[in-house]
Amino acid sequence: MARVGVFVCWCGSNIARTVDVQRVAEEAGRIPGVVFATDYKYMCSEPGQTMVRDAIRDHRLDRVVVASCSPRLHEPTFQRCISEAGLNPYMVEMANIREHCSWVHQDKDAATEKAIDLVRMAVAKARRDFPLFRNEIPITKRALVIGGGVAGIQAALDIADAGYPVTLVERTPSIGGRMAQYDKTFPTLDCAACILTPKMVDCASHPNITILTYAEVEEVTGFVGNFNIRIRKKARGVDMEKCTGCGVCYSKCPVKVPNEFEEGMGERRAIYVPFPQAVPNVPVIDREHCRLNNDLKCGVCQKLCPTGAIAYDQQDEVVTEQFGAIVVATGFRMWDHSQIGEYGYGSIPDVISGLQFERLMNASGPTEGKIVRPSDHRPPKTVVFVACVGSRSENHGHEYCSKVCCMYTAKHALLLKEKYPDTQSYVFYMDIRANGKGYEEFVRRTIEEYGANYIRGRVSRIYRHGDKVVVKGADTLLGRPVEIEADMVVLATAMEPQEDAKDLARKLGISTDQHNWFSEAHPKLKPVEVLSSGIFLAGACQYPKDIPDTVAQASGAASKVAGLFSKPHLLSEPMIASVREEDCAACGQCVQVCPFSAIELVELNGKNGASRRAARVNEGLCHGCGTCVAGCRGSCIDLRGFTNAQVLSEIDALALA
Amino acid sequence: MAETPEVFEGAETMNGQAAEGTWEPKILGILCNWCSYAGADLAGSARLQHPPNVRIVRVPCSGRVDPQFVLKGFLRGFDGVLVSGCHPGDCHYAKGNYYARRRLTLLTRFLETMGIPRERFQFQWVSASEGARWAESVREMTERIRKLGPFQGVGRPVPLLIPVVARQAETQPVGVEAQ
Repeated sequence: MARVGVFVCWCGSNIARTVDVQRVAEEAGRIPGVVFATDYKYMCSEPGQTMVRDAIRDHRLDRVVVASCSPRLHEPTFQRCISEAGLNPYMVEMANIREHCSWVHQDKDAATEKAIDLVRMAVAKARRDFPLFRNEIPITKRALVIGGGVAGIQAALDIADAGYPVTLVERTPSIGGRMAQYDKTFPTLDCAACILTPKMVDCASHPNITILTYAEVEEVTGFVGNFNIRIRKKARGVDMEKCTGCGVCYSKCPVKVPNEFEEGMGERRAIYVPFPQAVPNVPVIDREHCRLNNDLKCGVCQKLCPTGAIAYDQQDEVVTEQFGAIVVATGFRMWDHSQIGEYGYGSIPDVISGLQFERLMNASGPTEGKIVRPSDHRPPKTVVFVACVGSRSENHGHEYCSKVCCMYTAKHALLLKEKYPDTQSYVFYMDIRANGKGYEEFVRRTIEEYGANYIRGRVSRIYRHGDKVVVKGADTLLGRPVEIEADMVVLATAMEPQEDAKDLARKLGISTDQHNWFSEAHPKLKPVEVLSSGIFLAGACQYPKDIPDTVAQASGAASKVAGLFSKPHLLSEPMIASVREEDCAACGQCVQVCPFSAIELVELNGKNGASRRAARVNEGLCHGCGTCVAGCRGSCIDLRGFTNAQVLSEIDALALA
Repeated sequence: MAETPEVFEGAETMNGQAAEGTWEPKILGILCNWCSYAGADLAGSARLQHPPNVRIVRVPCSGRVDPQFVLKGFLRGFDGVLVSGCHPGDCHYAKGNYYARRRLTLLTRFLETMGIPRERFQFQWVSASEGARWAESVREMTERIRKLGPFQGVGRPVPLLIPVVARQAETQPVGVEAQ
């Protein structure tokens, strides 16, 4: 027979003012199974906890009910308290007589009646409490970082510096990501390459980091501490061991194709490194364009390669490895504005995207840093920048703010003036969002010192007139239409999640928002975690972010991984589902409804070699939602801590008392 | 008329109370831990006053809500049952609330077959930030039930149901040694 102790808290006057706590304690003492009941001013205080511990000893209590605040606040406190007195921590139940009662009711009699009911329910549940134990789960102390941009690089370096091996998977031929494309970074105007490439080299030379470029994650199974991950290493066509990175192959390759890294503004060969500072500095054969792959005669690169590294017949390699934690840092893509056709992007050559302008400014870009019009290669005199192209627009499917455009547009206007003092820039904006350290000052400088003409309003139409591009819009501050004859127009297009973000989310079992940005576990208090344990987010795959925010989040994700790995083993959550295998009919309903794929049908070996199937819960995967329990046709699966018997007894306890 | 005291004894008491004018609706609330229970907590922290007629049972997820729980509530004489979970898309467990929605939609039809008016059962979404919505839903439901009057009990219990429910309550939790 259970021996329950009930402890009613006054919470100073928070509870005692509206609830007759003494009467609650008296009534509690009459509930069957309750052998001790008392009240005290502050149950969570040290004297209060001592009172609980003493009562457990003096009255040989084996279960405790604390009637006080929400279990979401102090359940852990009292779990610790009773475990110090030798009880299993899961033998305590809370009756929430503050948030759900004293704080929301005025009538003292009604509130007291309700409090007594809540205590009755808690006692009924507590009588059916049973000890729960957390199991130890081993951890594979190796991290996988998906995405080799600045977020992935930072996360990999931090985890590696903490002493744990890291594999960095990047699907393009080089790490570096978007940041490698940028010219200078706001608001300090540091050269992006100068601050990024050393980190890329650190990654390559770090003894704890393995870089897999031109590789993609294909399948993720397992759970925190023990993920099994299948990675496809795409055939590079070049032997990484033999290649010295001399570059003879791509200097002589006869095939020229538009260069993705230059946003289509330059050309690359069919065998190429994406940019000169690529890590690893090993070329890749683009099989789609290679002459040999298209049944044409060639083989130039193979003939010229001094080390015999070219391997046309190389095959994709698929490896499956174990990891304990995953950092997702897959970044973003720019919205392809040519799909819409608005603003002439895609049809007027001198209307370009912000990222294309970035490449034009870059000293290692297609024009070696000279800003020229794509149409006639003449330097522009008048440049119009349009902010919020596709961002903050329901019509274009991006209700959100892309966050970095205000700043990079200001940077572009500033650098343009710095390089070509006789140019004039105009910026059409909706609002200027410059909310970072030194950002507002930077925008002010662009306007006041560099003479950028900021026009608040939207652009209605952009069209060609002779060799000019005419921008028509409205100045909503002056309340009049504006028409500018420009030489070049730069559109700050919206940031979007990667095209296959949803696929990756499905592979990882994490959720996305309606735009396919990955969802964090809590918007304020868990910005790095996702709802599946062991997976963390870094950078713009979660939401548009600038470089400082990205790097900060990457370090945050890395410290979460290091924290996870610093433990000798993991402890499982004890409130999980378990199957009464002897009654299970193996209908598989639970398998179907489990949101975490934590249940599978297994073969049971019975007597005399007979075998049958039954559901089994993987304790590492089960999150304890109980969806399977409510779905079980035979009631042979139950949720520890919230069993059918417990919930039903709570309902029973109230019946018309 | 009562065959099973479990069902009808209470109802009679309540009818008596109603006649005396002392009857107050009793509503069973089954709330998911992550959204609605937290929303009800928030209503508390914000001191949003609402009628004291709901008794809350906490479950991890609305997906945990076995339709039996609702039936049990009515069988035990509650005048109304309120199930509250996370908004679609916000489930802490990704999709437990979708299963809840399907199950409880089906249950609503079953309740009508049983002679329990659908107005006595409510399934709703309340997020952790919607304390005011929680308080409002309690006000609405209490008033609605007050108008409907005491629950008179199901016409005649479906024979199979009672044994199942009774057995559930007595069964030891699975996977655990008896105490």
